Amino acid sequence: MSTLLGSSRAPGAATTGWDVERIRRDFPALHQHVHGKPLVYLDNAATSQKPQAVIDALTAYYTRDNANVHRGVHLLSERATDAYENARRRIQRHLNAVSPREIVFVRQATEAINLVMASFGRTLVGAGDEIVISALEHHANIVPWQMLCEEKGASLKVVPVDDRGDLIMDAYARLLGPRTRLVAITQVSNALGTITPIGEIIRLAHRESIPVLVDGAQAAPHQAIDVQVLDCDFFVFSGHKTYGPTGIGVLYGKESWLERMPPYQGGGDMIKMVTFEKTIYNDLPYKFEAGTPHIAGAIGLAAALEYLAGLGLDRITAWEHELLEHGTKLLQAVAGVRLVGTARRKAAVLSFVVDGVHAHDVGTILDHDGVAVRAGHHCAMPVMARFGVPATVRASLGLYNTPGELETLARAVRMAREIIGG
Amino acid sequence: MTDLRDLYQQVILDHNRKPRNFRVLESANRTAEGYNPLCGDQMKLYLDVEDGMIKDAAFQGKGCAISKASASLMTAAVIGKPVDEAEALFRRVHAMLTGDATASRDTSNDGDGLGKLAVFAGVREFPSRIKCASLPWHTLRAALSGAREAVTTE
Repeated sequence: MSTLLGSSRAPGAATTGWDVERIRRDFPALHQHVHGKPLVYLDNAATSQKPQAVIDALTAYYTRDNANVHRGVHLLSERATDAYENARRRIQRHLNAVSPREIVFVRQATEAINLVMASFGRTLVGAGDEIVISALEHHANIVPWQMLCEEKGASLKVVPVDDRGDLIMDAYARLLGPRTRLVAITQVSNALGTITPIGEIIRLAHRESIPVLVDGAQAAPHQAIDVQVLDCDFFVFSGHKTYGPTGIGVLYGKESWLERMPPYQGGGDMIKMVTFEKTIYNDLPYKFEAGTPHIAGAIGLAAALEYLAGLGLDRITAWEHELLEHGTKLLQAVAGVRLVGTARRKAAVLSFVVDGVHAHDVGTILDHDGVAVRAGHHCAMPVMARFGVPATVRASLGLYNTPGELETLARAVRMAREIIGG
Repeated sequence: MTDLRDLYQQVILDHNRKPRNFRVLESANRTAEGYNPLCGDQMKLYLDVEDGMIKDAAFQGKGCAISKASASLMTAAVIGKPVDEAEALFRRVHAMLTGDATASRDTSNDGDGLGKLAVFAGVREFPSRIKCASLPWHTLRAALSGAREAVTTE
């Protein structure tokens, strides 16, 4: 009977069949104590913990197959090349890209955006042109475009957000014009959790023949991505936020764009032939991968995506949505807590301020209860300015979090208010 | 294991709730701004310095309990002190916060003789919070040296 009614620890588990305790066993880092308390890891938007499958893939690569790629006169190099290129194909399938030539390995989403800025931007953006971003962007999707605008005499146009944290789409439509060369907008806000209407954003831009870059760093860990359905021109994400290793990320670009774009960095691997008179660049995607890549990182990221696919991206989305609703209710019940970012569609991010208690103090007190959160501006200072707060506390949830952990969070927030606020 | 009470001592909590000298100082002839980009703490420090003496000190700004209490206790400590004594106090507080006894030869790093300022000795067990406590002091130093750029902790 008790299983039918469900316990207070797992609301909705019956509907999803999500065995979170079993899944947690796949993540060794979750099983530790900090300051004498069990770790409650709620800083997933900063970086996620890694499943054993990813750690094993890295170990296996370095233990058995380590060699440089694309130089294969010996067996280890062939194995390393196969593993690296299989990883590329795994990522192609994950994103449903048309071809592996559209998958470029980079360090992280930040580098992917900088690549598009340097290659697409410096070639196709000129004086008087415009780049459209939104008020929700992470600094990684603001600063590269500011640098480009300064260099080219172009200007940055910013789609505003309303008080809930939703983009004001009428304003967006009005910003698109004959001088707009690129729209670069996030799919999920890292600071507020807002899920933007990215399909509509892309459709409106394409009506004016404007290409769109989607910052998918916060979307990729939480939902299925289909770049063909989105019809985006570029999609970027980071491995380390998607349960994969640090130092590896992906730029997806439509082949037609990548073909037109010049290389980003020069070096080995990105060339076909070099003389002092002339260099012939390599084919896609190698044209954009100068130097020895992060081979182990690519393999580890593929293992992470394999792991996510095994759990089911749609089930991950559903579980995290239940957690978000549960956490929202719990925090709203804590006196003095105000959620910042209450968009109609949200990913599992709870950004909040506590009356009379600075976010930094909340962060320290939570840490003492084992609860890891981020306290600060979340590399999105314009978002903080828009909502008139210097900083928020951000609990960002992942597939392995539990309703019980959210109850610990709410308890610790109450305690912070008792200690400092009283 | 560190204890939260080592960090959030009663004196600190009291100065956070009721910061002393928390106002604009109209008579100020030295000012400086301090900023911690990691957490968004911002403060403006006002000093009235005459004949090598800090006649008055005040501050304004937004910050966490540690930075606010630190600014509050610092202003209270330096009012009426000669500038060189305030500079010496900066070195001693800095050594106490970082646990670095070599920072100044005449310094012990356990907060002895620092009076109320010794309540910040517990901060060094919380590495992510040391900059919160030291920001007002760096800002004081900038104001005394007439720096024009805002002080940042990064």
